[in-house]
Amino acid sequence: MDISSRRLADVTVVIPVGQIDHRNAQQLQQALAPILDQAAAASTPLLLDFTGVEYISSMGLRVLMVAAKQMRAGSARIAVAALRPVVEEIFEIARFKHVLEVFPSVRAGLQALSAPALALYDAVQ
Amino acid sequence: MKLVRFWGTRGSLPVALTAAAVRAKVIAALRGASGRVFASDDDIEAYVDSLGMPIAGTFGGHSPCVEIESGGGDYVLCDLGTGVRPFGQKALARHGPKSPQTYHVFMSHVHWDHIMGFPLFTPAYIPGNKIRIYGGHAELEAALRRQQAAPSFPVDFSALGANIEFVRLEAGPEYEIAGMQVRLMLQQHSGDSYGYRFSSAGKTLIYSTDSEHKLADLAETQAFVDFFRDADLVIFDAMYSLADTISVKADWGHSSNIVGVELCQMAGVRQLCLFHHEPIHSDEAIARVLAETRRFEEITRGGKPLLVTAAYDGMEIPL
Repeated sequence: MDISSRRLADVTVVIPVGQIDHRNAQQLQQALAPILDQAAAASTPLLLDFTGVEYISSMGLRVLMVAAKQMRAGSARIAVAALRPVVEEIFEIARFKHVLEVFPSVRAGLQALSAPALALYDAVQ
Repeated sequence: MKLVRFWGTRGSLPVALTAAAVRAKVIAALRGASGRVFASDDDIEAYVDSLGMPIAGTFGGHSPCVEIESGGGDYVLCDLGTGVRPFGQKALARHGPKSPQTYHVFMSHVHWDHIMGFPLFTPAYIPGNKIRIYGGHAELEAALRRQQAAPSFPVDFSALGANIEFVRLEAGPEYEIAGMQVRLMLQQHSGDSYGYRFSSAGKTLIYSTDSEHKLADLAETQAFVDFFRDADLVIFDAMYSLADTISVKADWGHSSNIVGVELCQMAGVRQLCLFHHEPIHSDEAIARVLAETRRFEEITRGGKPLLVTAAYDGMEIPL
């Protein structure tokens, strides 16, 4: 799994690519840790762009839950966007749509999280 | 081992079908029958059988009790929830009160829902019967005696006529009991619980209920994969959704359908049976969880298919 991130105004967009499974969920957790610390402390939003995520296991979902708890404790929003159909099914079966904000696209996520971030996103598209 | 028979499959609290739920089933069945002509009772039965569980049946409401037909002459049970009462009635009807039997009972733990059937287990009242109750808890005997002490129950444990023996087992070693090889595994649950691995005649059964999987520790996950390895059937606590088990119901001591599938896939298990159903779930809700679990197994399948079923009171699974 590859993980990158970029900043759009006040929103940090994290972009994991590949499968998030039992073997590499900890890698995602470690990559998210400093980003979460910063975003939660500053109460700025975080958007996970799942365009490139092919699969996520229970351990990967647990990492998202831990991240959501940390963000909520900092009164900051966290959302997931652009789920592939298989990953969307997994979210549904795991009942994760009840605990995380899910958007159909990165643009829709940014639109809900931050107007300045959306403007920057639209400007480079 | 030849067969597993479920006498109680609900977690936490026994439940009963309501009049409204029965009415909804009848309406659904009649709606489906609209325009059909049934020439015989066989036609009617075939139609009813075609309706499936949520309409034509119920998952039932007894708390956990599972019978293992070991192939020997003794009875073997897991847990003493309210399902043990109809089991006892059937055993009594089969043998009569004057034909002593031996019952081996393996206890996951001593929480209320897993022991509450014992005061109404009729064979325990009959002299000549032998009941050996196995478990990993030091409080096993005290818990069963306490629930029958005044003022909670009118008949004290000391008044039971059967020869009742408690046998403390440890996690790790392999025991030879009732013609089976038996191993225990310590599980995460308030006050601890134990999973069981039963093997005989080339068949392996796992009974793993009231077990929370934290998903934060690869070594813990691997230990369960090893315990489940190549089992023919895993009876698994799938009481809550994954989201619940790692959020609002974290530390409640239960697991999910998703984790059940993942562990069984990694362990090369043949069949996963969802167990310890949430008592607030309707038949439709449990059927939906079963359908979703089958779909999850399908989209995550890497090797051989894992058969997924959901336990109901009265269900039999040949091994």
